[in-house]
Amino acid sequence: MGLSRRDFLKVAAGGSLVAASSFSPAPLLARESKARLPEAVGILYDATVCIGCKACMAACKEYNHLPPDHSTPGSVWDNPLDLSAKTYNIVKLYKNGTGQTKDQAINGYSFIRRFCMHCVDPACVSACPVSALTKDSTTGVVKYDKGACIGCRYCQIACPYNVPKFQWDQAFPQIKKCQLCDHRIAQGGYSACCEFCPNGASIFGNVQDLRKEARRRLALKPGEVAHYPLHRVDSQDVRHRIVAPYLNHIFGEREGGGTQVLMLANVPFQDLGLPPLPDESAASQSETLMHSLYKGMIAPYVLLGGLFYLVYKNTTKQDLP
Amino acid sequence: MPKCKNSQTLPSHFGLVSRRDFLKFCGVAAAAMGLPLSMGAKIAEAVAALKRPPVIWLSGQECTGCTETLLRSTHPTVESLILDLISLDYHEALSTPSGHLAEEAKKKAIAANKGKFILVVEGAIPMKDNGIYCQIGGRTMLDILKETAPLAMGIVAIGSCASWGGIPSSGPNPTGAVGAAEALGGKFKVINIPGCPPNPYNFLSTVLYILTFKKLPDLDNQGRPRFAYRRLIHEGCERRPHFDAGRFALEYDDEGHRRGWCLYKLGCKGPETYNNCPAILFGNVGARSWPVGTGCPCFGCSEKGVGFTAPIPAQASLVHFSTTGTPFKGEERIGGGRLCLTPPQTFPPIHPPEGHGPSAATVGVLSGLAGVALGAGAITATKLGKKETESDDKAGKE
Repeated sequence: MGLSRRDFLKVAAGGSLVAASSFSPAPLLARESKARLPEAVGILYDATVCIGCKACMAACKEYNHLPPDHSTPGSVWDNPLDLSAKTYNIVKLYKNGTGQTKDQAINGYSFIRRFCMHCVDPACVSACPVSALTKDSTTGVVKYDKGACIGCRYCQIACPYNVPKFQWDQAFPQIKKCQLCDHRIAQGGYSACCEFCPNGASIFGNVQDLRKEARRRLALKPGEVAHYPLHRVDSQDVRHRIVAPYLNHIFGEREGGGTQVLMLANVPFQDLGLPPLPDESAASQSETLMHSLYKGMIAPYVLLGGLFYLVYKNTTKQDLP
Repeated sequence: MPKCKNSQTLPSHFGLVSRRDFLKFCGVAAAAMGLPLSMGAKIAEAVAALKRPPVIWLSGQECTGCTETLLRSTHPTVESLILDLISLDYHEALSTPSGHLAEEAKKKAIAANKGKFILVVEGAIPMKDNGIYCQIGGRTMLDILKETAPLAMGIVAIGSCASWGGIPSSGPNPTGAVGAAEALGGKFKVINIPGCPPNPYNFLSTVLYILTFKKLPDLDNQGRPRFAYRRLIHEGCERRPHFDAGRFALEYDDEGHRRGWCLYKLGCKGPETYNNCPAILFGNVGARSWPVGTGCPCFGCSEKGVGFTAPIPAQASLVHFSTTGTPFKGEERIGGGRLCLTPPQTFPPIHPPEGHGPSAATVGVLSGLAGVALGAGAITATKLGKKETESDDKAGKE
């Protein structure tokens, strides 16, 4: 056997055609990261205000009817180690060296709340082949529809924050994640974690307002007394406290195309387990690639035709009847 | 007893006041310790005006602790209870007369109020040897109870002894002591107010409930009124957050004990005992006036099979207690209410622990298997080639 020189050239020509058809229109199709919805709601979490009381975790469990998640022998306490199908929200502890000073990267500690970031351009929604995960067109909440889900768990791989969790212990498993208490929002309420946060570390509100509030906090001088709204960004219920130093960075403002959950801290976010992400959303990049490859189905047909021709060339001589 | 204006005249009234009123009055005087004797006339009026349900109080194997606890109630005060609400017709400890006089009074009261009085039983009833280990006026407690119970409107067993046997029934139980319900052979509905002593308000509230609503309160499967015994002590305990956070006193007067941490490890039976002690406290003297509040582990006095049975330092089981607060499967959760989760005082790290890679043994076994598979594949491949060439040769020859 062995390919004749002529056949090789033919295949090479076909291959280059395929390559050309797939890559040349790419710049024309490149999808921009999606823009923020004007009515989108979210949460601003301020790690310097958080006292680690876990009231948000308890409230989250109560209002989402989640069972306890045990990690110690005896299963006495509800103390999850990470987000899971039983835990949508978790308060974690960063500790360094002696761990004496709050909100300090060296020899300090910091709390960090982890839950769904509700991306502006969510990778999980993009990766979901059956639209079981959708982004609400008004509130921007990333919602899950158990009826549509086929259990492929692409969302788990797609999510840069490792948020969607699969019910490994269920016969008919679902993906479980924070949905910003949309059942409470539908009834005129708001996220339970913010309602039960005693200190104003988590506040709920319109994302634009939350960004303004975050910028206001970053502009404050450490050591001065400032007011911090409780529960909601537009709340009249405020608490006065001494401003702690902040890293001049609002996590979620740009990361991965932006998120509706914004975070402030004085410890580098990477140390708090939040990944460094480019400004473009992963969804826009992957969708650009995929949509270019399959544009008009030209590239697949050319590839298929080439392969068909190759097979035909190699089989007609000996095997066809 | 303070001196009163008309104490001089009182003796002349003795003959006029009925025996029943006299007993009541004596009971109040003995109970309240300091009630002015000038109240005598008012008492007589109140007695005449009100038709109060009479109460017959029988005492078996008891220590009078349950009576003592009743004397320490302040709302309603014992005198208002005895004078305004009920008519305590017979009580061995509170009656002024004793012996045959008291027995005579009891007989008369029972005869006069047949089917209308509330029977209160205090103390256990010995059953062994026909109950000869507790006799009053030459008659066994068992006989007295059996004779009185059918005539009563309702039966209340006050204290753990009357509820299920209490201290007298704890091993080896030489007298065969049992509670009132068991002594009566389960033929009568008995309201149990267990405790050692029970909180007086649990008893008074039961009585007041019966008087107000003319029916028995909602009872659980052990005959205890739900309003008082519906929750575990553990659920309402002020030290509960320490339990959730894992902060325990390990021995008496250690650092944790002095700081008011959870007494579970010292043998607190709060997780096994249904009672409302942490909610209503004792003695009306303010916060922490209950056993656990003072630093003494609950010993489960009001729970059958726990109090006087389980060793005091033994750690309680948590079978009745669920952190989720969801009802137990197949079993009614007596509390009925929903417990909230209280988070513990530990925090997960930023990066949760993950499983380690494959162990050396796993790698060895797997590479061995892979080697075998590769070898077998190679041999098969060579053999296949040979066969093909052989068959080709054969075909060529043919």
